Amino acid sequence: MAGLAQSTMSVLAGDTAAISLLKWIDFDRAVAQQLESNHRLVSCFASPQSGDESGIVLNAVFSKPQSGLEMLRTAFPRGAHFPSLTPQYPFFHCFEREIHEQVGLVPTGHPWLKPIRFSGSGMGKMATYPFFRVEGKEVHEVGVGPIHAGVIEPGHFRFMCFGEKVHHLEIHLGYQHRGLETILRQKEAARLAPLIETAAGDTTVAHAWAYCQGLEALAQLSLPPEVDVVRGVALELERIAMHLTGLAGVSTDIAFLPGGSTYGRLRTVIINTSMRICGSRFSRSWLRPGGVYHGIAADVVSDVRKSLEQFQVDIRLINELFQNSMVVKHRLQKVGVVPTSVAAAIGMVGMAARASGQEMDWRIDQRPRPFAGRPLELAVEGSGDCWARCLVRIREIDASTQWILDALKGVSEISCPPPPKVSVPANSTFLSVVEGWRGEVFHFLETGSRGEVVHYRIQDPSLRNWFGLAQAVRDCPISDFPICNKSFDLSYCGNDL
Amino acid sequence: MLKTLKVRFSQGKQFVPDVTKADPKGFRGLPKIGPRACEAQCQKCAEVCPTHAINVKSMEIDLGRCIFCEECSRVCPVDKITYSNQYKMAASSRESLSVSAAAGQPVIEVSRRLKSIFGRSLRLRSVSTGGCNGCELELAAIANVNFDVSRFGFEFVASPRHADGLVITGPLTVNMREALELAYDGMPDPKFVIAVGACAISGGLYADSHALDRSFLNRFAPELYIPGCPPHPLTIANGLLDLLGRKG
Ligand code: SF4
Repeated sequence: MAGLAQSTMSVLAGDTAAISLLKWIDFDRAVAQQLESNHRLVSCFASPQSGDESGIVLNAVFSKPQSGLEMLRTAFPRGAHFPSLTPQYPFFHCFEREIHEQVGLVPTGHPWLKPIRFSGSGMGKMATYPFFRVEGKEVHEVGVGPIHAGVIEPGHFRFMCFGEKVHHLEIHLGYQHRGLETILRQKEAARLAPLIETAAGDTTVAHAWAYCQGLEALAQLSLPPEVDVVRGVALELERIAMHLTGLAGVSTDIAFLPGGSTYGRLRTVIINTSMRICGSRFSRSWLRPGGVYHGIAADVVSDVRKSLEQFQVDIRLINELFQNSMVVKHRLQKVGVVPTSVAAAIGMVGMAARASGQEMDWRIDQRPRPFAGRPLELAVEGSGDCWARCLVRIREIDASTQWILDALKGVSEISCPPPPKVSVPANSTFLSVVEGWRGEVFHFLETGSRGEVVHYRIQDPSLRNWFGLAQAVRDCPISDFPICNKSFDLSYCGNDL
Repeated sequence: MLKTLKVRFSQGKQFVPDVTKADPKGFRGLPKIGPRACEAQCQKCAEVCPTHAINVKSMEIDLGRCIFCEECSRVCPVDKITYSNQYKMAASSRESLSVSAAAGQPVIEVSRRLKSIFGRSLRLRSVSTGGCNGCELELAAIANVNFDVSRFGFEFVASPRHADGLVITGPLTVNMREALELAYDGMPDPKFVIAVGACAISGGLYADSHALDRSFLNRFAPELYIPGCPPHPLTIANGLLDLLGRKG
């Protein structure tokens, strides 16, 4: 598309003015064209219209394997109505809900216009959530949360059941809303990293990277290749660690105790490896605009290699046991199924989408730099059940571990220069995507006339996948909910911001 | 069966034998403020600190705000601020979280009262209110096979009715206000509050957000503050042990 420059397949950056504002009718047509030509919707959101206080810009972002990102924009006056795209393209549903909640535009004909996170004037009104109601003598409702049994984040789940069977699950979030995007607008564009790292604190690297590569593209910085490799190592360590957390959780929930303890302690090995490199088990302050704060010193490289080689031996044993155990198969197979067609229709992304047969992975489709020379194999499963989601995670752990070992092969150390100062140009925009462990992390920044942050959008894959969980538990016994939930492993704070 | 044993064998002994004397390699922990004089008028550290944790006049760092991001030490021209891998950083009062050249370490005073009641068994209910899942995962980690705090009688429970201590993570959002109150009200006396992580202690990076309501903490002051972003499981485990005057 004309306008922004494609600096890599995962980033689009340049002058905001270069993106044309389409009339609604052209926008609508262009959206249809994009989708017909096999593009996929990555994001749709509202941002302020520069130079017009009363205007709101509606942005739609698309992608296609090997051809990067494209953006369409149209504008509306505040409070305007527009024909909802959701009835025709259901994957718009969460985006239109969010737009409605954030800026008050009304997508008429939207079947399900409920709050996403109770932000703005909805704050504190958690009790007003308009639950779907199922009527009938045999129907009963079960509500759980916001506070759950374990040490996890809050969210409310309400099940409408016939007997044991879940007819519909309604997921009511927002409890974690802490005003992140608003605070970002009050800070200097080049100094957002610490906050961004906490957008979803278990996805520190992916969010930080999305932010960094966006700014770097705007500033037209080119990074030394070592920086990319270190970032790749960071991202894949994060993926391995969180996949292990999920597998440990699923194992515990189905009382497969060797899995619970072994995956759990193997995760410690991995996050301690991250800590060994960057000082933090959650990779905080590792990536920064312009580079990384921590390369990998010589003694650390050899420690990392040793840990990962031992890790490969240990994980193979437990994976074998997990994949061959009757208990595990019995509890996970054919449970919590999201068929490929449903996953596509509602716009699921990432690991959960791949488990439902959707071939998508930014590391593979767009080959961002560290993955270009050393490609990964796509992990896809077709059955869309809890089992498939675990298998995808198991395969990705193996692939990522091997990727890191290959990247470190024959390397004695990776030293990276301290990041240069990054100056952020005025009146510019970036769009940026990184494949985090849950799926695509999307960031958008628009700066004003003084280079200040006018709009920052953070989109964690959870925003789109929560509805997938609701679909997964349909017709399952309610007792299957915990394993379905764990197998999706979604972020509450990443949704609530 | 053999395979199960093999996995069990590969597991070996995983627990940290003495959580009071571990050596977390590479951990960026307690900042040390050195004796060297700052350059005249220099404010660089305070300017870059994202949580306003540094008071340049008294040259103190408030660990209740600090997220251990190392921005300050990177801009300091005289290396006044460095980090150790010291993980014992919890404090029993908000004030003693401030470290300086003279007072290099937060203090925990053993609570006689809590020790006599909960010294042998402590049940905790965690409530995340805007946490990013960093603190939540590290809290959960204290119960895993590595840190294994159940050996000290510490355990997380599902129901507030069974809980002695309310562990708060996150900056306290408006949207969690009601649920937090309900959880606390549901706990039987005697009970107390523990604040885990920079967000819970001070609001951390979110201190200026309009989406918070921190009034709960004004009414129920924590007995234990555990700094970090997120805190290391060793920081949490030692904080609990020290508050109850336990040896580990
Ligand atoms: S390490 Fe702590 S004191 Fe230093 S800049 Fe970061 S938050 Fe501030």
